[in-house]
Amino acid sequence: MEEEITVDIVYTIWLRHIKRYIRSRSRIIGSLGMPLFFLLVLGFGLNSVVDLPGMGQDYMGFLIPGIISMSVLFTSVFSGIQIIWDKQFGFLKETLVAPVSRMEIMLGQTLGGATTSLIQGLIILVFSLFLGLNISNIYGFLVACAFMVLIGLSFTAFGIAIASKMDDMHGFQLIINFVIFPIFGLSGALFPLNSLPSWLQPLTLIDPLAYGVEGIRYGLLGTSQINPYFCFIVLAGFTVFMMTFGSYLFRKIQI
Amino acid sequence: MFAIKVENLTKEFDGLVAVDNVSFDIEAGEIFGLLGPNGAGKTTILSMLSTILKPTSGTAIVNDLDILKDEDGVRKSIGIVFQDQSLDEELTAYENMDFHGRLYRIPKNLRQERIAELLKLVELEDRKDSLVKTFSGGMRRRLEIARGLLHHPKVLFLDEPTLGLDPQTRNHLWQYIENLNKEKGITIILTTHYMDEADKLCEKVAIIDMGKIIALDTPQKLKEDLGGDVITIKSPDADKIYSKIKASWVKNIESHDGFVTINLENAEKHITEIVSLSSHNNIDIESISIHKPTLEDVFLNFTGKTIREQEFNTKDQMRMRQRLWRRR
Ligand SMILES: Nc1ncnc2c1ncn2[C@@H]1O[C@H](COP(=O)(O)OP(=O)(O)OP(=O)(O)O)[C@@H](O)[C@H]1O
Ligand SMILES: [Mg+2]
Repeated sequence: MEEEITVDIVYTIWLRHIKRYIRSRSRIIGSLGMPLFFLLVLGFGLNSVVDLPGMGQDYMGFLIPGIISMSVLFTSVFSGIQIIWDKQFGFLKETLVAPVSRMEIMLGQTLGGATTSLIQGLIILVFSLFLGLNISNIYGFLVACAFMVLIGLSFTAFGIAIASKMDDMHGFQLIINFVIFPIFGLSGALFPLNSLPSWLQPLTLIDPLAYGVEGIRYGLLGTSQINPYFCFIVLAGFTVFMMTFGSYLFRKIQI
Repeated sequence: MFAIKVENLTKEFDGLVAVDNVSFDIEAGEIFGLLGPNGAGKTTILSMLSTILKPTSGTAIVNDLDILKDEDGVRKSIGIVFQDQSLDEELTAYENMDFHGRLYRIPKNLRQERIAELLKLVELEDRKDSLVKTFSGGMRRRLEIARGLLHHPKVLFLDEPTLGLDPQTRNHLWQYIENLNKEKGITIILTTHYMDEADKLCEKVAIIDMGKIIALDTPQKLKEDLGGDVITIKSPDADKIYSKIKASWVKNIESHDGFVTINLENAEKHITEIVSLSSHNNIDIESISIHKPTLEDVFLNFTGKTIREQEFNTKDQMRMRQRLWRRR
């Protein structure tokens, strides 16, 4: 089939994703639980203990962008993985037998995942305003949003790639434990990257989320350990790669 | 005029030949039945005709379009109701319809009009804003059929449309399918393993077993060809009866799970002969009956097995259970 892309079709797929998201109130609250828990326990628990020299920031301020990234990361991976449910409940057939291209379906899903993860990220952001986060300029806020969207797009595509290869949810816990948590842990969301032992630092440099966390940190706090332009280029590159890879695997799904 | 022309269609799944060099035509405006036991290859044929699966070899022409060359064209011109449910349970009936209409690029006004009309047709208009997860199996099935019709397909595929429904809902659906066919002139291809369904509903029936078409004709003709009467004997010694009855008037005799089925002319005349033969040989007979051939007998005649015997001796039993479980 030709790979034409119609906005209407992409919108249709996106719309369904959003409707399902809005309706699953328990999931929204559920997936906010862990980030909020981290934010409150680590933030308040370590704020007075941890001293971040040269950052001009207390630990709570440092942690907020990391937890926003965490929320975006998990929501987007979950969004992508949802395709497994569509496979199991048969709905994917309905979509795949329609005269639309797989590229359109893939794009709709990815944009849907990015939208819902952005919303989840923004909810944490708003909550953080009560914990001392201070957004002084709109430009910085938009930069943070742009980074959230990139994390959302790339990791929804990542979820779709995984879902394309799995037939049920059995392998899902494995992916969360051995892929998503390491990505989160090494991203510098919870502690400064340079506080890690030097043998671990190369690992953080190949962690795409690290660039997202740093980018959001730059947007919200005005300072970052990695150059924000560089962050943007790396993360955008990763997003393009992930979306290409995701569509490639998605196109090969057999039903 | 043909709606569908199937030419040497074959599908292999790593070594297993699910559909074996099948050729047949379906006339436009017909209700055509694919009848066969579990694993016969019915769904696989429909999947290929609807371009979801690529044939290993051979091809088919659907609405004058080649399934290999014009996937998109074929997809636009057909509607399909899958064997397994394919609704989004988290959406309402209306939203499921709307999603479909948008995917098939039906303009907004027309879409709304048709959705209202179709929901009324399948008697779901007062439930249109309920989430599908609150629907019963029969309601879901009707919604799926309505959805399959939304883009006005010329050909509608129904894969086991009445599986798991109660008799009343089944009757209702049959009527509905017949109306669609008559009033809208839609060609309907349905699969089933209910013999009575095929008999009542279909103008033409293809009996399919192990990937091959073993008979294709009107149900009437298939039964006539078998001819005469059928005597069914229930007995604990079915095999013994089977080996003892060797008269010239026996056209065909089959023994299967405790039953002996004999195909013959003038059953009334020979039934006493059978009974005395049995008592002479000390064979118990639990019951004996005479009836005109049904499609069940046709199937038995062609395959040497009843459709039910066929049904539960494969790994498909597992699939079946899984499917029913999912339906709930
Ligand atoms: N994706 C697949 N991979 C491997 N084998 C398959 C696949 N799909 C079907 N088969 C096999 O092909 C054969 C035909 O299956 P098919 O689903 O077409 O049967 P069917 O006539 O529709 O049966 P049922 O009445 O159970 O729906 C079966 O033996 C089945 O196990
Ligand atoms: Mg089937």
